[in-house]
Amino acid sequence: MLDGAPVPFEPGQTVLQAALAADRYIPHLCYHPEFRPHGSCKLCTASVGGRLVATCTTPAEAGLVVDSETPQLRDVRRTLVQMLFAEGNHFCPSCEKSGNCQLQAQGSDLGVTTAGFRHLYPDRPIDASHPDAWIDFNRCVLCELCVRASDEVDGKHVFALAGRGLTKHLIVNAPSNRLGDTTFAASDEAMQVCPVGAILPKRVGFAVPIGSRRYDQRPVSAQALDDAPRPAGRSP
Amino acid sequence: MTVPARPRVRLATTSLAGCFGCHMSLLDIDEKLLPLLELVEFDRSPLTDIKHCGPCDIGLIEGGVCNAENVHVLREFRANCRVLIALGACAITGGLPAQRNHLDLGLCLQEVYLTEPSLSRGGIPNDPELPLPLDKVHPLHEIVRVDYYIPGCPPSAEAIWQVLTDLIAGRLPQLPERLVRYD
Amino acid sequence: MDASSLSPVLDPILARWGRTPDRLLQVLREAQDATGWLSPELLAATARSLGLPLAHVRGVASFYSFLALEPAGEYRVLLSDGVTDRMDGSLELGERLCRRLWAEPDHTAGDGLVSVRRTSCTGLCDQGPAALVNGIAIPRLDGRVVDAIADLILARRPLDTWPVDLFSIPTNVRREDVLLRHGLSPGVAIAAALARNGAAPAGMIAELRASGLRGRGGAGYPTGNKWASCEAAPGESRYIVCNADEGEPGTFKDRVLLAREADLVFEGMTLAGHAVGATRGLLYLRGEYRYLLDSLEATLARRRAAGLLGATAGGGPAFDVEIHVGAGAYICGEETALLESLEGKRGIPRNRPPYPVTHGYLGRPTVVDNVETLCAAALIAVHGAVAWRRLGTTQSSGTKLLSVAGDCTRRGVYEFPFGVTVREVLEAAGADDPIAVQVGGPSGTLIDCAEFERHLSFEDLPTGGAFTVFGRGRDLFEVARQHVHFFAHESCGFCTPCRVGTSMLASVMDKIHDGHGSRHELAELDRLTSVLGNGAHCGLGHTAMNPVRDTITRFAPSYERRLASADFAPAFDLDAALAPARRMTGRDDPASHLGDAS
Ligand SMILES: Cc1cc2nc3c(=O)[nH]c(=O)nc-3n(C[C@H](O)[C@H](O)[C@H](O)COP(=O)(O)O)c2cc1C
Ligand code: SF4
Ligand code: SF4
Ligand code: SF4
Ligand code: FES
Repeated sequence: MLDGAPVPFEPGQTVLQAALAADRYIPHLCYHPEFRPHGSCKLCTASVGGRLVATCTTPAEAGLVVDSETPQLRDVRRTLVQMLFAEGNHFCPSCEKSGNCQLQAQGSDLGVTTAGFRHLYPDRPIDASHPDAWIDFNRCVLCELCVRASDEVDGKHVFALAGRGLTKHLIVNAPSNRLGDTTFAASDEAMQVCPVGAILPKRVGFAVPIGSRRYDQRPVSAQALDDAPRPAGRSP
Repeated sequence: MTVPARPRVRLATTSLAGCFGCHMSLLDIDEKLLPLLELVEFDRSPLTDIKHCGPCDIGLIEGGVCNAENVHVLREFRANCRVLIALGACAITGGLPAQRNHLDLGLCLQEVYLTEPSLSRGGIPNDPELPLPLDKVHPLHEIVRVDYYIPGCPPSAEAIWQVLTDLIAGRLPQLPERLVRYD
Repeated sequence: MDASSLSPVLDPILARWGRTPDRLLQVLREAQDATGWLSPELLAATARSLGLPLAHVRGVASFYSFLALEPAGEYRVLLSDGVTDRMDGSLELGERLCRRLWAEPDHTAGDGLVSVRRTSCTGLCDQGPAALVNGIAIPRLDGRVVDAIADLILARRPLDTWPVDLFSIPTNVRREDVLLRHGLSPGVAIAAALARNGAAPAGMIAELRASGLRGRGGAGYPTGNKWASCEAAPGESRYIVCNADEGEPGTFKDRVLLAREADLVFEGMTLAGHAVGATRGLLYLRGEYRYLLDSLEATLARRRAAGLLGATAGGGPAFDVEIHVGAGAYICGEETALLESLEGKRGIPRNRPPYPVTHGYLGRPTVVDNVETLCAAALIAVHGAVAWRRLGTTQSSGTKLLSVAGDCTRRGVYEFPFGVTVREVLEAAGADDPIAVQVGGPSGTLIDCAEFERHLSFEDLPTGGAFTVFGRGRDLFEVARQHVHFFAHESCGFCTPCRVGTSMLASVMDKIHDGHGSRHELAELDRLTSVLGNGAHCGLGHTAMNPVRDTITRFAPSYERRLASADFAPAFDLDAALAPARRMTGRDDPASHLGDAS
């Protein structure tokens, strides 16, 4: 049961997966259908059987009562997006990912108009050492999708996390800690998965005009349902 | 926050460390500007000659806070406006000017005025008439209480219109997903 | 140092631990002990030897605060920065030490001799202020001790030639009950448990269930049920993990058990192994207790020699124990983060389910139990459930060890039956004029004098053992602010609400402390309470708000007198923000200053 309506599921699915497959949206950021759920952004938090948990990692079970669209949860999610905005340096007008960025899209959908908190303005130099890609750490939301993609799909272990707490940050697998000195290639899955404008291809720039970018047309809540894997025969 | 229905609502606007882009957007309300002008009258604003903000219903501020002068103006607005709105990315996040925040101000000034030969013209200006820069650029909400935010760089005319008309009508301003844009 | 000069250092360590990735943390820790810090070359050599990506090794090394990725000096002094350390004057002593050493806090001296930094509570609250020098604990700092340490360092005296009384750490046991008075000789409890298992299948587990024993690490999960689930879980090998991470500020009773009752701890682990069918045990010792490692290893060796560990441990099935040492991360006390750390990884709490009883160490069924829980289990093996139930309350059977510190004359470890009132403990400890007690550390509950009749028990005031007394004149706002900084420092950073939220919380408390707080900050605290309580991934984030929650409701004046009268004040000192520009322009005219809003 999600927000009062029944949702079917298959064994092995998490609550979020089951919901998306059944055309029911729960906000999420660090979850990606192709990778093992991670459970770190907490945007997908919902009340499951009375307890607030991340739905992307909670196994679906018969009889679970899930409440997601409550004012309290909207508040929590809005605050989480605000925290991510305040933690990094997100200046959307000069970001190539703008319009195609999931953090931004979540903000729009949740009605986030300000980071609210004090901006932390961290000092995070960019890495432009690779011929085909660059990393702007200012925009990294630490979702570890690139880490998972490079480990699980590319088999290259290019990315890892270092530090702890607020000093946690992304590093790459080279003594110099420069992307250009790793085995990273533009064709890697890790190149594709970054939900924000942190890992970007070079020489592409602002290719898509404002108005026709991904989230210009449909909000992330609709796009995410289009992308959700579904059992054969069920269509959105 | 509700604004009682009155014939005309008094509105003040200003640009701190901003580029007037947001004001252009305000003017862009074009065909709706005339109906708006019937609802509001302007206090201090780049559109009027009024130098100091008097008691107002709504204050709209674009741009972040980067120097002492900005702080004075912002405080004047906060003291006089019943509802204060941060307009646009710079007012909300510090924006482009805040990109200097991880740099040391002293070193910046030194670089620009003392080291860089093409720029240095006789040292760092110390004229008391000039407002001193703060060590960091700040969004408005780190200095005064801000009631509402209209994001965008610049915010669309439609978003501004939506918030103003909501307020004037005494509704809680609500931007639909389509109008919450950060670029 | 090039790679070849590293092998004399690394090879023996790798030989001892084995070249498997799950030993990474132990290898790094010992390599640092040998060389003083983890140089890039050392990290690269370790990565190669263990077949790990360099980024992974760097990720692990940078997670633990005791591992140094930059030269940290020949002598590395870490001053314990617990609340009671500060109450005992640690900040002033730290300054004195730095002055004597000509050292700047948080920096390594230019000549590479020494660094002085602060670290989270080291569990010596009954004999603080304390410090760790190259990882070894020195209690009872005062002016004389600090000067002596400075002289020894300046004379470059090797640590093992320092006067031994500097390092002496008495157990300070103040009240004994059945556990601390057990009088059992090694092997008795194992034999008793084997007899119970022989008399009825899983007899020991049944006895444990009947005893009502609940975990002493804080969460209070019924121990018998935990063992039963592990025993029932499918899998070829099983593990017993003893959680000796004891990181909760104000807690030190596990240290006393490890120092005084190591046999009983290993006895409990062994009989747990027999009960659930595990042949291997791991004890995760917090890095701060490194100085106990040698005596613990000696106890293990003695027990092996006596046949109490090994192929037929105490006459039962095989069982042996390995000790891993942590490296400065409170989160590694959380059981799933602890398992990650045992596997040589960053200490990030896992997603649950699955739970450790089915998927624990290396994915195998695992029991993780607190030191005291295992001791209690050994006692129950001998004396039975009925005797245990005679002590304590209905839902909290038996006794509890309390770590009593703060404003009282008899600090130390007290064993009381559950159900004891706060007042009884205060009286036993000689607390003359207490205004508040923090029960269970910063993640527990702070109560004021109106509540001193409350009972320590899972029914009323649950506790992992910390009992910190605050006397008249103590500023509870400052206590909360210090604890909030502790949580921000110790947040593992995995989940958004806690990674960002604990830091925001610390900066809001700092703002109030600096006199810039307003009603706006109180609202901000509410917002953070909600997102931490509702969104955080693990107990650290869920409880990070507790010190603020408890002090703001019980000691409101300590907040109110700090609040600015306005309903809003800037996030920072506006006038100070103009200082660099004033300096650069040489101006000091009125227009170059910003006062409070007019
Ligand atoms: C942040 C955090 C820190 C913890 N630290 C400890 C600790 O230092 N020692 C401990 O025994 N349990 C600690 N725990 C509780 C453990 O997760 C776990 O519940 C306990 O080890 C189980 O053993 P028990 O059932 O014997 O109490 C901690 C939990 C959290 C959330
Ligand atoms: S990553 Fe997204 S949110 Fe961040 S600046 Fe770019 S578009 Fe904006
Ligand atoms: S770089 Fe992108 S994909 Fe990788 S952790 Fe950061 S935000 Fe996630
Ligand atoms: S709550 Fe804090 S400590 Fe726990 S997983 Fe999240 S960030 Fe880590
Ligand atoms: S989507 Fe579930 S925690 Fe990120």
